[in-house]
Amino acid sequence: MKIQQLSVFLENKPGRLSSVCNALAAAGINLSTLTLADTHQFGILRLIVQNWQEAKKVLEDGGYTVTVSDVVAVAVADRPGGLASILSIIESAGISVEYMYAFTVKCDEHAVLVFRFDQMDKAVALLKEAGVQIITADWLKTI
Amino acid sequence: MIALWNDLAGHFHPDSSLDYLPQPQLRTLQLQRLQATVCRAYERVELFRHRMEERQLTPDDIRTLEDIALLPFSEKSDLRDTYPYGLFASPMSEVVRLHASSGTTGKPIVVGYTAQDMEVWRQVMKRTFVAAGLHRGDIIQNAFGYGLFTGGLGAHYGAEALGATVIPISGGNSERQIMVLRDFGVTAICATPSYFVHLIEVAEGLGIDFRQLPLRTGIFGAEPWSEQMRRYIEDKTGIKAYDIYGLSEIIGPGVGAECAHQNGLHIFEDHFIPEIVDPVTGKPLPDGEEGELVLSTLSKEAMPILRYRTHDITSIITEPCPCGRTIRRINRISRRSDDMFIIRGVNVYPSQVEAALMRAERHLPHYLIVLTRRSGLDQMEVQVEVTREMLDDRISELERLQERLTKAIEDVIGLRVQVTLVEPHSIARSEGKAKRVIDKRNL
Repeated sequence: MKIQQLSVFLENKPGRLSSVCNALAAAGINLSTLTLADTHQFGILRLIVQNWQEAKKVLEDGGYTVTVSDVVAVAVADRPGGLASILSIIESAGISVEYMYAFTVKCDEHAVLVFRFDQMDKAVALLKEAGVQIITADWLKTI
Repeated sequence: MIALWNDLAGHFHPDSSLDYLPQPQLRTLQLQRLQATVCRAYERVELFRHRMEERQLTPDDIRTLEDIALLPFSEKSDLRDTYPYGLFASPMSEVVRLHASSGTTGKPIVVGYTAQDMEVWRQVMKRTFVAAGLHRGDIIQNAFGYGLFTGGLGAHYGAEALGATVIPISGGNSERQIMVLRDFGVTAICATPSYFVHLIEVAEGLGIDFRQLPLRTGIFGAEPWSEQMRRYIEDKTGIKAYDIYGLSEIIGPGVGAECAHQNGLHIFEDHFIPEIVDPVTGKPLPDGEEGELVLSTLSKEAMPILRYRTHDITSIITEPCPCGRTIRRINRISRRSDDMFIIRGVNVYPSQVEAALMRAERHLPHYLIVLTRRSGLDQMEVQVEVTREMLDDRISELERLQERLTKAIEDVIGLRVQVTLVEPHSIARSEGKAKRVIDKRNL
């Protein structure tokens, strides 16, 4: 139930983000979503794509350092309180969110929340139990 | 027969018989050759005679090997000041070869060889390869630069004298190096260690695993490198990585070499005398103490060099080596007294930073030290390329990495410096000697 996210190390300099995007675009890779976490020196670009193996190869061939990590993506109703309900399930079990980001899906009333938890398997089990819709890699290919 | 020498794994080999002379015989040979060299330099080299006269010395004053300490030192500046041929002791009609340094700082230095000098060079390089366990039948890819630099041709002659197959590829063109390594059945490579590390990276990018190739030996020299870097190379590629030592002013490569035990470099003492002196006062230091290596040539005709200050920091190992060679060893050159830089009053060697990075990460990231001066205060920045092993998708982990590296460097040099994580391949690679420090303080 986990999906694979690619993370790319970037120096915090003009043109670095666009060079990654250009490399992926040139290879015809479609991004499901991306987010950039940064400090004043460097950033980590986190990407979810439909075919992560291919994207990883394109980036590594382009000379980037890439790491693959498991994240959990859940679909919640795109209305106030959607995130809060998820967080309360997680926090009450003593699980921490290491980072998260969100995106909305077009033609759908849902938002997708992407999480990295400190205890991934336990979080997945709890969310499933609570009836939260967990997104699979296959589902991502349909959007 | 070759198989037999192989089984002996670096033990006695007829090409290396001079490595095993009984010590008294070796010392007698050294004294005879030292006296002859001092005579030759005194009679034929004006600068040397002048310095002897200043000390009221004549060649007759050299009665024992210890008397070498009476002789004046020579320095790189002596070669520059007498550029190009001022230190030659042979007429040009007897000089069959010239080599020169790259001359990045002012005039180059020029060194000359007679036919006999070339033969000595060939022999000491052959003994270098024998010490590393190479023999006829080996296919040696020589990635030392050919040309005025002594590394390429020195290794070339030694490998040919050994009867090995030499591929004179020279430095550079990394993809072609990898292709030749893979396709030519190469069993040994000669390169600067930093360039070989670069080749490892390039091969990885091409999906080539060195462990799958016949390559089993690396002969590395021309720049100081650390024991950690050796372990990295050996773990990553499955080869045995040997350190060699030499300098153009003395002969080129072929002054010293590691044997199978990889514990110090045997100096070819029948041709060179090593001494260790205090780098500041020049006073001789006892065996075992660390100081600056000073070398004298014993058989060079075209350019005899006496008591040359190498600026390389090491110590002499007096314990006999288990390989049975009687020629003494020096410890690996960990640093040079002149690549030291001073930052906020602290003496720092690039090798200390390298050792700290490797201790923290257990592999060798590419790094570059940049020195700047901001409002009168010296700043030291260490740029470190983020490798796949180091990368994490959490900012907090990367900040922890940065802190870990900062702390590791602080533990070694006693200063907190700026560690900057940079993208892979953003630091320029060298095809020869690696450039580890950029000092922008004088600009």
